[in-house]
Amino acid sequence: MAEEEVKLFGTWASPVSRRIEVALKLKGVQYEYIEEDLTNKSPALLNYNPVNKQIPVLVHNGKPVAESLVIIEYIDETWKHNPILPADPYERAMARFWAKYIDEKFWPAAMKIVVAKGEEQKGEIDEIQQQMKNLEGELKEKKFFGGESLGFLDIAANIIIWLVVAQEALGMDQILNEEKLPVLYGWLQRLLDDAVIKECVPPKDRHLDLCKVKFGSSIASK
Amino acid sequence: MGEEVKLFRSWSSPFALRIVWALEIKGIEYEAVFEDLSNKSPLLLQYNPVHKKVPILVHNGRPIAESFVILEYIDETWKQVPLLPEDPYERAMARFWAKFCDDKVLTSIWSAFIKQGKEQEEALVAAAENLKFLEKEMKGKKFFGGERIGYVDIVLGWLANLVSIFEEIVGLKIVDEGKFPLLYSWMQDFAEAPIIRDNCPPRDKMIVKFQALLDAAIASSSSSSK
Repeated sequence: MAEEEVKLFGTWASPVSRRIEVALKLKGVQYEYIEEDLTNKSPALLNYNPVNKQIPVLVHNGKPVAESLVIIEYIDETWKHNPILPADPYERAMARFWAKYIDEKFWPAAMKIVVAKGEEQKGEIDEIQQQMKNLEGELKEKKFFGGESLGFLDIAANIIIWLVVAQEALGMDQILNEEKLPVLYGWLQRLLDDAVIKECVPPKDRHLDLCKVKFGSSIASK
Repeated sequence: MGEEVKLFRSWSSPFALRIVWALEIKGIEYEAVFEDLSNKSPLLLQYNPVHKKVPILVHNGRPIAESFVILEYIDETWKQVPLLPEDPYERAMARFWAKFCDDKVLTSIWSAFIKQGKEQEEALVAAAENLKFLEKEMKGKKFFGGERIGYVDIVLGWLANLVSIFEEIVGLKIVDEGKFPLLYSWMQDFAEAPIIRDNCPPRDKMIVKFQALLDAAIASSSSSSK
């Protein structure tokens, strides 16, 4: 059988890059990781993703795949053990629907919160809390969105970890906490406790520092 | 076995039209429920409480929203006439290009239509850059799916009928045959495919609708400028 060559172009603090690391580790796939400097993109990255010029890019036996959710589905279809997406088409549709929701609604909302101020920030917080309540409706009483083990939507929802780190960096705790969102909060603790996820989050101190530098001028008025 | 398939759509939504095409191509029997989006039915709001939009596919009572998600569900549930390729790498390419079509091509062409002045100029430049990537991806195939219509063709299908409507209304060329010969010829082939030709909203009604949208956009932008 031909030797497999798997490379991942990513950055240490990017949630979408870390998603791919989770997927590869869940499947036990060996890969070479290349850290990109986005202010000085490598010729290899520009060659492998000329359309969007973004990370993450997975290169499997020389063939590149871009867009994190597309990459995860590719990984799931190529290495079939430890499935990431459920088997049932309706369950798959639900996982894809909510993953899209996270990328298209939740993430932009999270980006707005960290730069908004005062009343505007309060409005953004209300909005994102409603979004998280919607996600709780999908989680219900399960351990993870994927059931007993991590699935597609848990991986996509890793962005929530980034939100709470930003929240902590800004000295806030009112966006996601146990009181307001007990079901999602419980899921988050289980996620943070998971052995694979632990290997795929930025080192906390470095991440907090980065958030303070990026968003530090927007401390919410109490 | 009784299958019940309903599609909540509007007469003009290009996103809902994707699902019509997919169902027709696969020969799936379904009931079309036409919504008036200015007066959404309680059923629509119940089936898609998060986005409150069409299309919604309801299969044996279970609703699915978001056109890409619905297309993949249809392909996995009814396996005849596959829309996505079989090979995982080819599937990844199809999904990548579909996302590019909505995120970049649709967004830039819509801006080129609805905006004015400098914003319109910039949108036209962006649209041309995006179309260049698509032109290259055609690679001499008849359709993005190869010999027959596939997932990417269905996702991009709005280009085949809406772009000429936009061009007529604003008097600008967006997909120039000289600059994008492969795409241009794809637009003709796609629009002429029997299932597509038989399932398109009436052109005159579309012109009225989009002219009205443009008039409203121009009115609101001039009322907010100093």
